[in-house]
Order: sequence, then structure tokens, then C-alpha cells
Amino acid sequence: MTTQHIQLTVNGEVREADVEPRLLLVHLLRDVFLLTGTHIGCDTSNCGACTVLIDGESAKSCTMLAVSAEGRSIKTIEGMADGAKLHALQQAFWDQHGLQCGFCTPGMIMQASWLLARNPDPTETEIREGIAGNLCRCTGYVNIVKAIEQAATELRAPASTDAPAEPAAVS
Amino acid sequence: MIPAQFDYVRPAAMHEALQILVDHEGDAKILAGGYSLLPLLKLRLASPTLLVDIHDIDGLDEIIETTDGLRIGSRATHRRIHENPVVQNGYPLLVDAAGGIGDPQVRNWGTIGGSCAHADPSSDWPAVLIATRATVVLQSVSGERSVAARSFFIDTFQTAIEPTELLTEVIIPRAPRPSGAAYAKLERRAGDFATVGVAAQLSLGPDGRISAAGIGLTAVAETPFAATAAEAALVGQEPNEATFQAAGVAAAAESRPGTDAHGPVEYKRAMVKEMVVRALRSAAGRALAQR
Repeated sequence: MTTQHIQLTVNGEVREADVEPRLLLVHLLRDVFLLTGTHIGCDTSNCGACTVLIDGESAKSCTMLAVSAEGRSIKTIEGMADGAKLHALQQAFWDQHGLQCGFCTPGMIMQASWLLARNPDPTETEIREGIAGNLCRCTGYVNIVKAIEQAATELRAPASTDAPAEPAAVS
Repeated sequence: MIPAQFDYVRPAAMHEALQILVDHEGDAKILAGGYSLLPLLKLRLASPTLLVDIHDIDGLDEIIETTDGLRIGSRATHRRIHENPVVQNGYPLLVDAAGGIGDPQVRNWGTIGGSCAHADPSSDWPAVLIATRATVVLQSVSGERSVAARSFFIDTFQTAIEPTELLTEVIIPRAPRPSGAAYAKLERRAGDFATVGVAAQLSLGPDGRISAAGIGLTAVAETPFAATAAEAALVGQEPNEATFQAAGVAAAAESRPGTDAHGPVEYKRAMVKEMVVRALRSAAGRALAQR
């Protein structure tokens, strides 16, 4: 079994690697590119801790092969902040205490960014349905929902030019 | 969990993919969204030597309404089906089923063809295809053939697909109007596989009686199946509560559930009856709204 050369875009940067076909995308991100913000939780596509955006669509990166990501554009939690300035979702999770241990938070924020790109003004039910694939064992979700509501409000505000809404896809 | 080693190809065209299946007969597996296949590979329940990723093949994810009915390309994702305007307007059974599969990430990537080819005994699409008497289209280098959904699902993780064939589309026929259909799914937690899943479709005749019925059950046998005794209990009857209860009793009797983490056999049979009744109430309500 030979390795394959792949090229993809990660957080706006073109990256290349030689990988075994069986390498999972989450291992490429963490072990090869050292982007350890994307967490591995259940490794069975249940928990959502490894959620990233692939061509703008949220996905569990433990359930995609790195070779399948060839030519695609990936966005991870490391691509959210603008330098030292947190993304509106990151700030909202901080403000609303939307985390305790923090293990689910990168996946939760990536899934929330996908949700808000599609639905900038979600109801509480829509938020809860939107994060149904992301498990949190600490918070009981209440503050996570509040955080996503706060970020939605900020991202919708016309004055917030320094915190633009998530584009549907990173190109 | 790390899958066993395999080679990977991403052919650009259908004929290339079909030739690869011939050249590697029995050793190659098709990869689409990956949400069925990758968990199997990680658990090492499957160890193909070659994965054939069909992502680059054009024309496999279209959803088109024709005189035959609704043609859904095998690579159409659950989300794409769920949000398709034609589906939203005319196929509420598909909206019910697609919206309840897994979670948002699963629906973003998982495909109808992958789900059917995988044939998990608890998956949702097979019940829908059985209830609607849909057809599954298979292609190989020697041509195309169609298999009735009712003959397609053979056993647990086993279908009528030959090793050299690729599932390209499913065709859901138009039911004679007025008709209604619904999917009722009992799940232990949001996003779980079904404990019991029921797809039901009814057509009403000019006399207001049920003229045709289709019921597909999932998670209560070795593979999703047609509840033919329940269908027989419906045809010719008034669409009322007594009829639905009789169909529910028949469906419970012809189910073959096993005891597992979702519950014991008696519980599952009781839930088959209840979920059949719920699906029929909803389907009948939709059919009556068309009159």
C-alpha cells in the first residue's frame, strides 16, 4: 500500500502531505499539521468533538479520509480568531460560560458557525437541533445555547463590521 | 481506531469506476459520504483492499421528478433530499425520513445510495423504498438493471448488488392520488438508529376506502422488510382507527425483532403496533387533505 500525495486548503493556507490512504482527516489535522484544536472524542462519528468545515459543510473529521479531502477547503477552530481577536462565537462561549472542561468546545463552535451561516437568526429549538450531533457532558447545553444566541445577535448587527458573518465556504 | 490498510482511487468518470470494480472484483468497496463505510473499516468489520471514491463522478446526486416518479441519484445526501423543493412539496414521507437520520453532520455527508448499499437492518431509507415500492438502479460494465426495493434488501448488510455493480439511483414511483405517506420513528435518544421505524403509504379510491397500501418496517427483523399482512389488512377498508389498529396488530405479528439494548422482543412488538398506527394516522391525514 503506497502513500498518496494530497493538497488541500486548511484555514486559507494551501497544505500538502504524503499520507497513507487509511489516514483519517482528524489525524492529518492533529498529527501532521499539528492543529490540535480539533479534538478526538468518541472516534465513532457520534460525539462531534472533531467537527470541522469541509467546503463550508460541517463534518466529523474522524469520519473522512485525509485522501478524500484532496482539493477541498477545510476550516478548523484555529481558523476562527482574527489574530488576538476572538471570533464572535468564541467570545460568546467565553461570555456565557458555554464550556466547563472545554473538550467539546472546538467542535461545538465549528458546528455553530455552520448553523449561523445557514440560519443567521435561529430559534432556540433550531439551535438545539443544529448542535444535536455535538455532545457536551458538562454544561447541560443551556449556556451553549445562550452563547450561540449571543453570537447570532452580534453577527447580525450591521455595525459589527469587524466581526463579519461566516462565509458559506472558504475558498 | 485505525482501519486496516487499503488503496484508494477517485475515478473521474462512471466507466472508469465500473471497470475498476471488474478488475478488483470482490475486493473493492465504493466510498461516497463515508458515514456507513468508515465506521465499518475502523471497527475492522470490513477490510476491502481498494476504496473507490465516487465523489468526482458527475450526475450521481441529482433529484429529478419525471413521469416515472422521483429519481434520486445515489450520492444525494440526506440533507440535499430533505431540502429539495420537489421533495418538500410532494414527498412528505421523504422529508420525515431524511430529517430524522443521524444528526446535522451525518445528513451533510451521508447519502441515500450509501445507506441502501450498506443495508443496516435499522436504517431508515430502506423502509421508505419498500413502502413506496421503489426501484433501485444498478450499473455495471455490461449495462444497467433495476431491482425492486422489495427484493433488494436480502439480509443484514446484504443486498442484491453484485460486486461489479454500482448503485446509481433510486426511483420512487408516484402513488395514485389521493395518497398520503409518513415515516414514524421511535428512537431512544436524538440521532440514534431507530428502535422501530415505520414507513407507510396509502392511496384512497373514489369510495373513500384504501385502494393501495405500502408499509416498510425497519429495526425489527434481520433486514428492513414489507409488512405484507398489515398491507392486506388495510386494502379495501375505511381509513379509520379500527383499520389502523388491525394493521398494527398484523405488523407486530409479522415482525421478527431481537432483544438488544433497545429493549426486549415483547416491547418491540408493542412498539411496532403503536408506530404503525401513528404512521397510518399521519399518512391518512395527508391523503384526506388531497381530496
